[in-house]
Amino acid sequence: MDLAVHLISYASIAVFLLAVVTRFLRIQRYPINLRWEVYPVPSEGARSRHGGSRLEEVDWWEKEQKKDHVTEMRHMIPEMVFLQALFEHNRKLWLRSFPFHFGLYLLAGCGGILFVAALLSLAGITLPALLLSGAGLVGAVGVVLSLLGALGLIWMRFFDKDLVPYTNASHVFNLVFFVVALGLLVLACREAAWDIGAFQAYVESLLRGDLSRASGGPWMQAALIVLSLLVAWVPLTHMSHFFVKWFTWHKIRWDDEPNVRGGRIEKLVQQALESPVSWSAAHIGADGKKSWGDLAVEEMEKE
Amino acid sequence: MSKKRFRIEDISKPSRQFQHVDRAELMPLPAPLDDPSQEPEWTPLSEEACETYEASLDDTLLLNIPKPASAEEEQALVVKFLSGLEKLFDPDNNWPFLRQLVTTIEHCANCQTCSESCHIYEASGQSPIYRPTCRTEVLRRIYYKYLVPGGKYFAKWRHGDIDLNWTAVARLGELSYRCNLCRRCAQTCPVGCDNGLVAREIRKLFSQELGIFTPELHKNGAVLQLARGSSTGMNSLVVKDNVEFIDEEMEEKVGYKVETPWDVEGADVLLIHNAGEIMAWPENPGAFSVILNAAGINWTLASEPVAYDSINYGLFYDDVMLSKVVVRHAQAARKLGVKKIVIGECGHAHKALTVIADRVLTGELNIPRESSMTLLRDIVMNDMIELDPSRNDFPVTLHDPCNLVRLMGVVEPQRQILRKICPHFREMTPHGVDNYCCGGGSGFAIHSKHNFEEWRFKVAGRKKLSQILGAFQDCMDPEVNKYVCAPCSNCKGQIRDILKNYDLWEKNHILYGGLVELIVNAMVDVPPGFLEWRWQ
Repeated sequence: MDLAVHLISYASIAVFLLAVVTRFLRIQRYPINLRWEVYPVPSEGARSRHGGSRLEEVDWWEKEQKKDHVTEMRHMIPEMVFLQALFEHNRKLWLRSFPFHFGLYLLAGCGGILFVAALLSLAGITLPALLLSGAGLVGAVGVVLSLLGALGLIWMRFFDKDLVPYTNASHVFNLVFFVVALGLLVLACREAAWDIGAFQAYVESLLRGDLSRASGGPWMQAALIVLSLLVAWVPLTHMSHFFVKWFTWHKIRWDDEPNVRGGRIEKLVQQALESPVSWSAAHIGADGKKSWGDLAVEEMEKE
Repeated sequence: MSKKRFRIEDISKPSRQFQHVDRAELMPLPAPLDDPSQEPEWTPLSEEACETYEASLDDTLLLNIPKPASAEEEQALVVKFLSGLEKLFDPDNNWPFLRQLVTTIEHCANCQTCSESCHIYEASGQSPIYRPTCRTEVLRRIYYKYLVPGGKYFAKWRHGDIDLNWTAVARLGELSYRCNLCRRCAQTCPVGCDNGLVAREIRKLFSQELGIFTPELHKNGAVLQLARGSSTGMNSLVVKDNVEFIDEEMEEKVGYKVETPWDVEGADVLLIHNAGEIMAWPENPGAFSVILNAAGINWTLASEPVAYDSINYGLFYDDVMLSKVVVRHAQAARKLGVKKIVIGECGHAHKALTVIADRVLTGELNIPRESSMTLLRDIVMNDMIELDPSRNDFPVTLHDPCNLVRLMGVVEPQRQILRKICPHFREMTPHGVDNYCCGGGSGFAIHSKHNFEEWRFKVAGRKKLSQILGAFQDCMDPEVNKYVCAPCSNCKGQIRDILKNYDLWEKNHILYGGLVELIVNAMVDVPPGFLEWRWQ
């Protein structure tokens, strides 16, 4: 069983990484998209306070424009950590979604500390016990928050008038998956007498490739299997928005990168304009060979 | 079907009417329109329309998809729709918007956060089909079930069920024309999804693959513009003649010669008006001529076909038509050798020619382009013309055209002007990038067939109407003239229609107009009274 637990963990981590990289590269490799910003765009700096852009200036192309990454981060961090947009526009959902997500962040933080502790341990360095206990506490708070959040979200999926028509089996399945995984984690902690060292030992055995090392009691094994599967599952679903937000926010909503003659964007646009078109409505005049560039300059036949 | 029992999958089930908006459920309005019983009932669609077209979505009709004569015709539409859907997800056929579309379809959490931001959803009394997510969800379910491998077996479980048939396709097409494409919903999405974009993508699929569009946008819009030079039907000779007439009118009003320059090679500024202004609101292009001449700007209009009309209806429904118009604008500017293109008071033209065109035009066609708001701001704020704000001694509020403000970030220039020349300027609530669409966005303002105009007033324009009334609550007395400044031709048309429908000029003296009219009204070297307080 210990071997199976280890193998499932390895496989899940591999699926997670593969799924994230594949999805990221797929979206990244799409041709350049047309500009489609929605203001305010924080990288516009002081202007972003009123939602303004460089287009508010006469002869804007002659002026040096620098992206204000500090202001951008000032907007991004509250969004990532506190789900600012949800707080502002959908408070009832935020009350469930924030604890759910924030709990996961705390859990991830705890996992990160365990990973570092295990790495250091391989080098013969032991992290102070207080730090590990602190990590355990953070993880415990994370589990409680996420569990409460997930239960609240399940309740909304079943009873909230706005969500019910849009709820499908996978929404419920995903949330139940979290509840089961987190619930098993609680039982595993109890089984391990609330000793975070048991989890550190397992991470260490994963790092060492020590497949025969005991992974713990039955609850611990069940928790590790289900948590591993959950890690693999998340990037295969719409929950991959945790990293796709980089595209939706930075590459689309806050894109704000003008096309300068002879520049990088122009080259990408020229490539895109060479794409063949096969839309079949008569007015398009496409034949699968003519490119976007050809069609854009083609005279319109009178209809 | 009642709101409570609404299910996405029922869009495929034929019925007399999928959703109805009851008069009693409409969002309440402020005084003097706060008595819901004064709101007229819907004029029902004619029997003929219902028999001829797919008209079972809601209370109105825009797209006019003819009912199929046979099962083969039904099937043909479905097959073609699927073929178009496939192209929407193809990097060659949809490079302009593929990234935006895929990220929205694959990652929306269906949290409904965007619903509350939608003026149509709110004004309709929260009709479920007007949620920004509704049409996206229909498209998503079809995509996963019918196009993604294994969809027949797993899509129902993973993404929800739907049956693809003629009814679903036709209703989805119609539903894509119940969105103003204002993208206020996209502004609120925690994930960054864009349901406004999806409405446009559906319109695009219908246009580019099925050849289904409204004649107002296509045949009498983009096609006419490309074939004759302007969607108004004016050719080069007619437009020059009309502008000459406007110059004469202006001369009478301002008391000195006004001459609009044409085809000046090497001019600093090529100004492109929405040609609808020349026909419907000639004082607007006239006022531009007065201001630019007085400020000593080296400017010109172009008589090259298409280049005297900034309209680009492709922005609302078709990428190819959009590109064709954009290229014609740039070619004309290159031919004249102007230093930059400046876009007149037209929101969607701003968006199409500055932002969208930015990734269509390359090389010598990539000529600098900017908003007239910034040029006017510099003229006014740098005292290039002498102004007397006391001439604008009446309440003024500002409508923010979505394409210019939320979607381009041109927010302050027009406000700086109004703060300087209108002592009684007041904002709507909310305003700036948080503004609400006028309800005429995405070309709705030029659509009035069947009873669609009623839908524009009762539903799409209701929130803006509420904002306008809210801004003037302290001065509703008809003795006080009030002015809604809408620096966009399309918005102006919609606001005109709303004010007229609710008799707000007759009863409360609320007038509408552009920004340049207010500037000329305050010009010291122009006799007082440039603004004529009469309905037009």
